[in-house]
Order: sequence, then C-alpha cells, then structure tokens
Amino acid sequence: MSQIKISIIKYGSGNLHSVKKILEKFGSSTTITDNPNEIVNSDVIVFPGQGSNDTAMRQLREKNLVDLIRNHVISGKYFLGICLGLQLLFETSEEGIEPCLNLIPGNVKQFPRDQKRPHMGWNQVTLTDNHPLFNGINSDEFFYFVHSYYVEPSASKIIKGTTRYGLNFSSVISIGNMIGVQFHPEKSGFVGLKFYENFIELVKSKKNLSCY
Amino acid sequence: MLTKRLIPCLDIDKGRVVKGVSFENIRDAGDPVELAVFYDKSGADELIFLDITASSEERNTMIDVVKNISEKIFIPFTVGGGIRSITDIQNMLEAGADKVSINTAAIKNEKLINQSSKFFGNQCIVVAIDFKKIPPNNPLHKNDSIDPELAITTNSKWEIYTHGGRNSTGIDAIKWAHYAASMGAGELLVTSMDYDGQKSGYDIEFLNVLSKTIQVPIIASGGAGTLEHLVEAITLGHADAVLAASIFHFGIYSIESAKIHMSNKGIPVRPIQ
Repeated sequence: MSQIKISIIKYGSGNLHSVKKILEKFGSSTTITDNPNEIVNSDVIVFPGQGSNDTAMRQLREKNLVDLIRNHVISGKYFLGICLGLQLLFETSEEGIEPCLNLIPGNVKQFPRDQKRPHMGWNQVTLTDNHPLFNGINSDEFFYFVHSYYVEPSASKIIKGTTRYGLNFSSVISIGNMIGVQFHPEKSGFVGLKFYENFIELVKSKKNLSCY
Repeated sequence: MLTKRLIPCLDIDKGRVVKGVSFENIRDAGDPVELAVFYDKSGADELIFLDITASSEERNTMIDVVKNISEKIFIPFTVGGGIRSITDIQNMLEAGADKVSINTAAIKNEKLINQSSKFFGNQCIVVAIDFKKIPPNNPLHKNDSIDPELAITTNSKWEIYTHGGRNSTGIDAIKWAHYAASMGAGELLVTSMDYDGQKSGYDIEFLNVLSKTIQVPIIASGGAGTLEHLVEAITLGHADAVLAASIFHFGIYSIESAKIHMSNKGIPVRPIQ
C-alpha cells in the first residue's frame, strides 16, 4: 500500500511543525500547504486552528480553499479539524460575523464570563463512545486545551467526548470521515501521540478496505 | 477538571542554557533541546524559554533552537526575550513555538499586543510583566509619556520595571495588566523583581489583587524556594500556573515531587504519565 498523503492546510500563521512531525513519525507523507493541486490529491486533510473565526474564514476564501475542503469531506476522505479547525466546521460562531463552513449543523459559542478566558491548560476528556481514535486511551485522560469558544452540535449523537469547564462542552466530534477535536493532540504529550497513531491506523484501515 | 500548570523556565544565551543546570542524567546541561526533552518526560505541563542574548545579531540562533525543540517535545512552549515586532512573533511561531512572550516591546509599543493577538490569536500572546513594590511615601516618578490612565498614583502599590528590573517606567502594574488583557493578551506572566531569586515565596498580595479582577490566566513567577511556595501562589494567590527555575534546575526538587506535594494539598494537577 502506498503511503498516506496528508495535507496540513496552511491559512494563517502559527506552529504547524509539531503536527507535521508527529504525522510523519507514524508513517505518512505530510506537507504543510495552501496549494489547491496538492490538497486535492491528498488522502487526508488536517485542518489546524489558527487565528480567529473571521480572519480564518477570509483567508480560506482568498485562497479558494472553501469548496476544496467541502468537496474533500463530501467525497468521503478523512478530515481532522483541530481547535478552531473543529469550530469552523459548524454554521456560525459568536467569535465573528463570517459564516463558517457549514458542514455540521450547530453553532460556536463563547464561554460565559464567570470562567477565565481562554480555557487554557490540561483538562480531561470524558469519552461518551468507543471510538477507535481513543484505542488505548482511558476516559478522563488529560489533553491540552487553549480556546475561548466551544462547539454546540445540533445532533448529540456525533459527540464522542466531553470536557468540563464551568459547563460541559463537546471536545470530540465525529461524523463518518469527519473528525474534530477541541484540544491540541500534538501538545498533549504521550496521550496525544497515541491519538495521532490511532488516527493514522484508522485512515490506513479504511484505505485498505477500499482497495478490495 | 482543568489542572494548575507547573512550568519550568530556562534562560538561553546565544543558544545555550545559562544559570548552570545540573542533573546527573543530562549529558550536556547547556543544551536547551536535551533539557526540554528531560522536562517533558519529567511531567512538566509547559515550558518557557527566555532568550537573554544581548546582541541582536546572535538572536537568530534562537530560531534554530526553537525549531529543534519543537521537533522533540510535544507539550506547549513559550518563547520570550527580544520579541519586538509582528515579524519577530511570526518567526518564532513558524519555527515551532506555541506562544510568544512580549515584555518591554509591549510597553514601548502598546499596539503590538492588539495587532499580534488579532493576527495570531490571543492564545499565543503572553504579556510578561516585571514589577516591584512601591515603597511607602515613595515620590512618584513623573513620566509625561505615560497614558494617565496607566500611570502610577499615590494609591498604586506596584510599578512596572524593564531591563531586568533596572528601569522604572511610572506605570501601575495592576492597571497595565488589565490594559494588556483588554488589548488581547491571552495570558499574563507576572514576575516580582523584588522576590525573584530570593527563594522566599511569590508576591502573594500582588497575585491575589490581580487574580480577583482579571479575566485571563496568570502565571506566577519570581520567588519559588520551596514546594509550599508553589502551593501558596495557587491557594492564596489564585494563580493559574506557577513558574519556577532554580528549584528544578539545581535538582533541589523534581517535577514529580512538586506535583505530589501540590496534589496532597488539594490542588488539581495533571498526573505524570
């Protein structure tokens, strides 16, 4: 089987090195790119969070990446959204006025003022489902978070993990080939590495099946 | 539950760790990458690297250091020292830093906080505040270039200092902290220049006054000498994270012993993996 091709979408400024390094460690061919030709030929899109809702959506539009991302998801290829990359999958966000990608019904809300914002540091993810992404990872394990907004999906069955910060919010979302996490697995030490290893395994297993 | 963070801080000069870090199992105590890996494995929740290189020509060394660190550790790290512009911030983030800490530059150019947090997101902008207690009956330093809203008055208790505590600014530290948060700082790193290096504990009164009113996370810095000091910064000062340097570098305490002590005192900490 050929190596899995992953595109990490570059659309702002920030640290994408760590994600790339880990994905390569688990045997994928990974590029950080905003080149549509490269992205369209990849098996997996990793969509990190950079900047704020409006600047991110404007950048995606300027770079003509919106339809590309939508088509990738609709075609059934794997997609992993991290932090803001999860939030942008929804309809609208309280962080701005630009509509999001509208791939998942639901909205993005700001934490209430009685909690410090951003929610920053190590917090637990309570698993609500046996998802293969969490093979070998216990429920209530700690992951690294940094965000002031959280997603509120319309359908509760897509929620695979939750986290408590003043209120319970959805920290893991999965619908078919579309996966989104609010934490930063690439900054979550050993547990985060395990998460990426599971992700690559999941992509590989589906890719093998489709060969038959 | 969100845990309190324990953050070792390393000073880097021309790409090398200074202040003689000593561990038996470290081959090269001056290598920032090796120390970063050591602290990651030890259970540190985050790391901070402060570039204290004096000459700007040699500062590019730090970018290579950051690149190397980001390939070896998978916990968040902040880089500070010599960050003066949007370009400096961009260079550090693209090299692999998760956050940058800006200090003097934010005071000289207030717009930097606002511009950088809008551009990169407030989660990666840490504003570092070095402060000292104002002695009672201290004559006010008059500084006309300071915004009157931020200037110290007879009611002020702490003043901001720059250049490692040498230069006073005439700015009220509490007012400035609020201003920085309102401009988009995602986190504040507050260092007591009176207590730094004294090993007598953090400035609990400052932490307490600031925590009661501020909306962003606070990292307490300056003064840790015992594990109980770490506890006090959180239980009495209500800090969200504690930074320490020498007590860990010199092997006086391990990260593990610190976390066990904090946990025994009822503070939520991330268990060591």
